[in-house]
Amino acid sequence: MKKFYVVLIIFLVFTLGACSSNDEGASADGKATIKYAYWDKNQEDMLKDIVKAFNKDYPNIQVKLELTPYDQYFTKLDAAATGGSLPDVFWMNGPNFVKYASNEMLEPINNRIKDDELDLSPYPKGLLGLYQYEDKTYALPKDYDTVGLWYNKKLFDEAGIDYPNEAWKWDDLVEAAKALTNPDKDIYGIAAFIQDAQASYFNTILANGGYIISEDKTESGFDDPNTIDGIQKYYDLIHKHKVSPTHAQMETTDATSMFESGKVAMMFQASYMIPQFKANEYTNEHADVALLPEMQKRSNVIHGLGNVIAKNSENKDAAWKFVTFLSSEKAAVMQAESGIIPAYEGTQDAWTKSTPNFNLQVFLDMAEVAEPYPVSKDTSKWSTIIQDNLAKAWSGQITVEEASEKIDKQMEEVLASE
Amino acid sequence: MKDTKVATRQMSTLKKNDIFWGYLFIAPTLLGLLIFYIFPVFQTFYYSFNDWGDFGNYSWSGLQNYKDMFDDPQIWYSFRNTLVYAFVMVPFSIAISIVIAVLLNQKIKGLTIYRTLFFLPVVTMPAAIGMIWKWLYNADYGIINHMLEWFSIDGPSWLTDPNWVLISIIIVGTWSAIGTNMVILLSGLQGIPKSLYEAASLDGASPIYSFFKITLPLLSPTIFFVAVISFISAFQVFDFIFMMVSPTNPAIDSAQSVIYLFYHYAFVIGEKGIAAAIAFVLFIIILVLTIIQFRLQKRWVHYE
Repeated sequence: MKKFYVVLIIFLVFTLGACSSNDEGASADGKATIKYAYWDKNQEDMLKDIVKAFNKDYPNIQVKLELTPYDQYFTKLDAAATGGSLPDVFWMNGPNFVKYASNEMLEPINNRIKDDELDLSPYPKGLLGLYQYEDKTYALPKDYDTVGLWYNKKLFDEAGIDYPNEAWKWDDLVEAAKALTNPDKDIYGIAAFIQDAQASYFNTILANGGYIISEDKTESGFDDPNTIDGIQKYYDLIHKHKVSPTHAQMETTDATSMFESGKVAMMFQASYMIPQFKANEYTNEHADVALLPEMQKRSNVIHGLGNVIAKNSENKDAAWKFVTFLSSEKAAVMQAESGIIPAYEGTQDAWTKSTPNFNLQVFLDMAEVAEPYPVSKDTSKWSTIIQDNLAKAWSGQITVEEASEKIDKQMEEVLASE
Repeated sequence: MKDTKVATRQMSTLKKNDIFWGYLFIAPTLLGLLIFYIFPVFQTFYYSFNDWGDFGNYSWSGLQNYKDMFDDPQIWYSFRNTLVYAFVMVPFSIAISIVIAVLLNQKIKGLTIYRTLFFLPVVTMPAAIGMIWKWLYNADYGIINHMLEWFSIDGPSWLTDPNWVLISIIIVGTWSAIGTNMVILLSGLQGIPKSLYEAASLDGASPIYSFFKITLPLLSPTIFFVAVISFISAFQVFDFIFMMVSPTNPAIDSAQSVIYLFYHYAFVIGEKGIAAAIAFVLFIIILVLTIIQFRLQKRWVHYE
């Protein structure tokens, strides 16, 4: 009964809400209202400021911000897309992009870019590529994340070892990790975690000359010897060199917490962890970041958000004006100052200066050698396949080769059915 | 003659009126039940025969979802885990609940405090329960293993050891189920006439003897009710497993429940057709189990 009333109230709220929102959209005098959906509460204030700046140039376009926490964001967006009521402009990420683009939910913007003679050179290539589908561009990049090697200066000093530098090869990393590992004190040289693919094994695969998915998104890279070796080298940190906590340990206490409490001296971690490491007193004082070590080459994945326009938006022109403004130099500087790496080349100085304790230039340098985050139409289907099988390997139930073989087979099945 | 005819006609319009008003009064509940519970059951059944695409597109695929579902070894693990969980957790939690309910039915100091304490887990969000227990269970820094160390016991890795993980989950499940069971059983206990106990003690029966001969038989209808709802909710266990055991956990095969797998299919990889098939099979299992329980009640449930 109680449940029913809750449902009834929700029902009423939604229907009444729907009634009151009918007065939106374009009107004759050039005024327009557009909705902008996003998921990060931390960026709310900055986005409000950007909208204010936007309204100085375009006072006739009213922008309504719609915040939905990430956990519900794509569930809600999926439902909105199904019901034909997508917000006019919204945040998109790599794993979900192809699904939306291939189902014609997004407005292609190549012609608008051409008409406005918009200069795309300030945006990293890997990022523009992420939002292209069948030769059409669908998003202007908003920000990006790359990966660096975070290390604990205090533990390095105690072990009397030089900090990681740009000359480091993979073997230097292993040697340093060995010297840093101290079983008596429960201190490990590095954390070879797999809980976050973007920050972990994706990077060793790419740096080792392997690939995760072929460019035409039809083949898995897990039968490539370089890919398998890239995973193996990362895996060996736990099982061969014994310089990392075990998988079970990192499932119990996650690797980042261990790093933050001085139990782990190094870890791969993406730039989206900066606010957290900055907020933590210990890491703010003792941590810093360096370039990832070279394997066959230096590489890492780049992922960034894009601002997209809904195909069935009634105010595409207004939406386009807003999207270009969001990715403009002006908006980029505002983002940089708030601690987000803007995708606009040349505006990132403000960002590196925002956190002087960490050598943030690293993430900009890593962007130069970055490859796009691997995606296809059903990204989540095969990324869970990779994750599940590697978890079995990491906990010692199967070898890395067996895991790769399984991933290759299952992933190709998924890709074949796309 | 004429008068009686009029009377019957009046009666029947009155009756019709009554029926109309009756239905009108239950309409909010009935409609809610039909729209939000009954209809989705049939809808889920229908969707379990369809292949789900993106954005609500679906196409008939016959029994393919059921085939895919049973081809996945995970489904067998998850059914095994759920069965073990339900058949261990439910008897345990009921037994403990009965003991606690009987104890809290006495006149002791701080009664309401104890009742509140035992009921607290019920009003706590399962997600929060999962978070807290995850810390308690932490193999390296958790308080449980820390306390075991005082007795020189090397505590297990509660949540990542395949031999322990289900036990850990059962402990949390039992702990959080006791509150609801206890309240229902308490109300059952208070319905037992005091005179019976007085008569028994006059005849020289010990408290334990009267517990087994008076309390248990007279409480059996309540126990039956608790057992039925406990089994139903035990088969749908999800939230705190989801909070405590991540998909990369080495013990995942020994920990995931049917709904955990359902969540994976429906919301992680978006295979809503297979998810519907899983939900439907689980529905059938719960239905059959509930029917069996109702059949068996004649053997042990005493209605006054």
